[in-house]
Amino acid sequence: MQLTVNGQIHAVDVEDDMPLLWVLRDELGITGVKYGCGVAQCGACTVHLDGMAVRSCQVAAASAEGAEITTIEGLGTPEALHAVQEAWVEHQVAQCGYCQSGQIMQAASMLDFNPEPTDEDIDLVMSGNLCRCGTYPRIRAAIKTAAAKLREA
Amino acid sequence: MGRARTIARRSFLIGSAAIMGGVAFGTYMVRRPYDNPLAAELPDGAATFNPWVMIDSDKITLITPHADKGQGVVSAQAALIAEELDVEFGQFEISFGDPSPAYWNTAMADEGVPFMATDESFPAETTRGIMGGVMKLLGLQGTGGSTAMPDSFVKLRQAGAVARETLKQAASQRTGIAIDQLTTANAAVQLPDGSELAYTELAADAASIAPVAAVELRAPSQWRLIGKPMQRLDIVGKSTGTLDYTIDLEVDDMVIAAIKVNPRQGGELNGYDASAALAMRGVRDVVEITGGVAVIADNTWRAFKAADALELDWAPAPYPAEQADHWDAVAASFTSDQLDSEWRNDGDVDAAQAESNVFEAEYRSPYVAHAPLEPLGAIVRVDDDMVEVWTGHQLQRQLQVLVADITGHRPEQVTLHNQFIGGSFGHRLEFEHVKQATEIANQMRGTPVKLVYSREEDFAHDFPRHISMARGKGTVADGKVVSIDLQGAAPSVIASQMGRANIPVPGPDSQIAAGAWNNPYDVPNFRMRAYRVPELAPVSSWRSVGAPGGGFAFDCFLDELIHEADADPMAERIRLMSHDVSRKVLEAVAEMSDWGAELAPGTGKGVAFVESFGVPTAEVVQVTATDRGIRIDKVWVACDVGTVVDPVNFENLVQGGVVFGLGHAMNCEITYSDGMAEQTNYHAHEGMRMYQCPEIMVRGLENGHKIRGVGEPPVPPAAPALANAIFAATGQRIRELPLWHHIDFV
Repeated sequence: MQLTVNGQIHAVDVEDDMPLLWVLRDELGITGVKYGCGVAQCGACTVHLDGMAVRSCQVAAASAEGAEITTIEGLGTPEALHAVQEAWVEHQVAQCGYCQSGQIMQAASMLDFNPEPTDEDIDLVMSGNLCRCGTYPRIRAAIKTAAAKLREA
Repeated sequence: MGRARTIARRSFLIGSAAIMGGVAFGTYMVRRPYDNPLAAELPDGAATFNPWVMIDSDKITLITPHADKGQGVVSAQAALIAEELDVEFGQFEISFGDPSPAYWNTAMADEGVPFMATDESFPAETTRGIMGGVMKLLGLQGTGGSTAMPDSFVKLRQAGAVARETLKQAASQRTGIAIDQLTTANAAVQLPDGSELAYTELAADAASIAPVAAVELRAPSQWRLIGKPMQRLDIVGKSTGTLDYTIDLEVDDMVIAAIKVNPRQGGELNGYDASAALAMRGVRDVVEITGGVAVIADNTWRAFKAADALELDWAPAPYPAEQADHWDAVAASFTSDQLDSEWRNDGDVDAAQAESNVFEAEYRSPYVAHAPLEPLGAIVRVDDDMVEVWTGHQLQRQLQVLVADITGHRPEQVTLHNQFIGGSFGHRLEFEHVKQATEIANQMRGTPVKLVYSREEDFAHDFPRHISMARGKGTVADGKVVSIDLQGAAPSVIASQMGRANIPVPGPDSQIAAGAWNNPYDVPNFRMRAYRVPELAPVSSWRSVGAPGGGFAFDCFLDELIHEADADPMAERIRLMSHDVSRKVLEAVAEMSDWGAELAPGTGKGVAFVESFGVPTAEVVQVTATDRGIRIDKVWVACDVGTVVDPVNFENLVQGGVVFGLGHAMNCEITYSDGMAEQTNYHAHEGMRMYQCPEIMVRGLENGHKIRGVGEPPVPPAAPALANAIFAATGQRIRELPLWHHIDFV
């Protein structure tokens, strides 16, 4: 099976039904994507599949073949942050940080489709991403900053 | 105020000090410093000045031994050292260091002493000093109880200052320039001619100089870092997916383990059939561990799948199988022979309540799970001459002891590579996952084993917060609260938790009464008794430990009495408050929330005040009753920590604490059926989601003269402030958590 992750093609030998999450983490060593619940309740495993935010714990490896898979590592790097990541740093969002890869991927995807989200849009789209530390007020503020940055860019 | 009976104090001291200290100890032993662990394996040309600073010709390394589970304490520790060392963020590396008694926690004893945090009398301070000495003799290194800042605030600045002055001495010796002509900045000694000598250039010289003994700490007016917004050292890593947690680590030749342990916690494994699991792809082995079975595989998902394919026969739980029986055990514990301690007895409650109508109410707080988002896990490699452990843990030295117990090594042969932690809320004070990984690795010596809990296994073995119940009787007269008689009952969380770590803790459990007796109100007649419920399900410290249960009961009961007195909830709390710093906290939150302003019909505000971990904290919650349920509109928080080290991180932690407190109050509980937790994943123990999150305004006051930590104190007032707000908006009193049993939330 061949998977395209962050622009690179990888050949993997896995069961068709292995969740993409575990192919990324355990077979390809791409660990920015996190395991939190395994049942699409927390959003920590959010990646982009052809630009759409999906829970990679619910995507069978075989069904991701042929798609462009983007993980947080493909969104931006410490040396070249994506606008959403810049905003996350500016607002000092993270506490434990474990959910934040998923939060950032969800937010980046939302802003791709909806560059000027309302408060209600943000609440609606982001409520599937659980943050046990309770950084929601900062996530909201960072999304607004990121939206402004992206509009200016 | 605070006239707790001396008998309770005495029994506590004799019991705990004798067991924890083991023997009588002399002043000399207490005063003697521990050896610097960095000196033991110091490379040539490197200098270390104390256990927190090491400099060689390449780099400056600051040791930040407190565990970081998201509270930003790596950055805060580094900032305290950097403040006096005159190094900037970016000019040093950090390390958690090796576990060492030199990192004993100088502040952890405070929460255990039977005095109110607001009591700074001679006996209170003396007792704290004695207990601090016991902690030092034990070399108790640990992160918890919101102690990282109180523990670090002076000693890490001193560590930075000692290193700085020693480096100046080295520069003086090399250049012949008098020390008082030298200054420091940007990780270098600055010479009068404008040139500089980098600390790294001076390391070899400094290595041969004894660290200076006496240093003077800078006045707050000179601080460059403390009190100003900082960019956390971990923030870029955590915003780019590049910071590794335990679950992300890979060690050469590592195998993955998933476990199934009896979900009737503490029950035996009667038998199992692993034949289906062993036939599955990627499965290498199945081994027995205490109370269960581990699957060894080449991939986490394959290990989880194979673990699910095990056929397991479990023995029953050693505690009541059904939740109702747990509550019955609590309800039956308000008896004189289960009296754990009388924490407070001011005035004459019996006389006050003999003469007037007594108002009564009963409150309940459920078991709740920690459920940090990074599931429990550890990597362990056992070799004949050493053991290596990779995990994030808050009790580093006890971990070494417990691992060594399993493998037959000496504790000092156990190396802990501590890690950034993906959330704890108390869960990473527990050892079971590390012991399990060790048991597996000990059966396959030489191979590193990475244990990853599935979320379901994590929920099944969360060791939740203890359940608690409280019964209040009170009287009012002339618009004032006159008497409170509060009785609290709970199993001992400290006995349960310390029992798993093989540490006996005799004496009363301060956490049964925490959040209730210690609030510095001057109610004329005020008695607080704590009853110990016989051990039920295993329980553990959950962010703020006893204070959320005690605080919910105490503050809601006070709110009800104030209502009975027909007084204003804020004004009467302020009138009763006997502690200036706490009163200012209430006054601040009243001002911030515009308390008393006209509100639309269906909207109400509730206030609560709880002191925990030395931090007086007041919260006002505003809710609106909509046709679909309660909406939480806004929250205002004021608390006093003495000194706010980083205002941005402070605000984040306080907001997070409020979200944590409100979310669990709304919809979280662990209940047992057939001996097992009924909640298996986040769908059944959700906490707060973004759409429910109110605006949260935070003010940190600095009137207290002791520095305090703020990880836990924002949690306890959240639930009572919410319940009191719901009453204000709807007239409905809810005396049981989670609130959703009685009311819907939107």
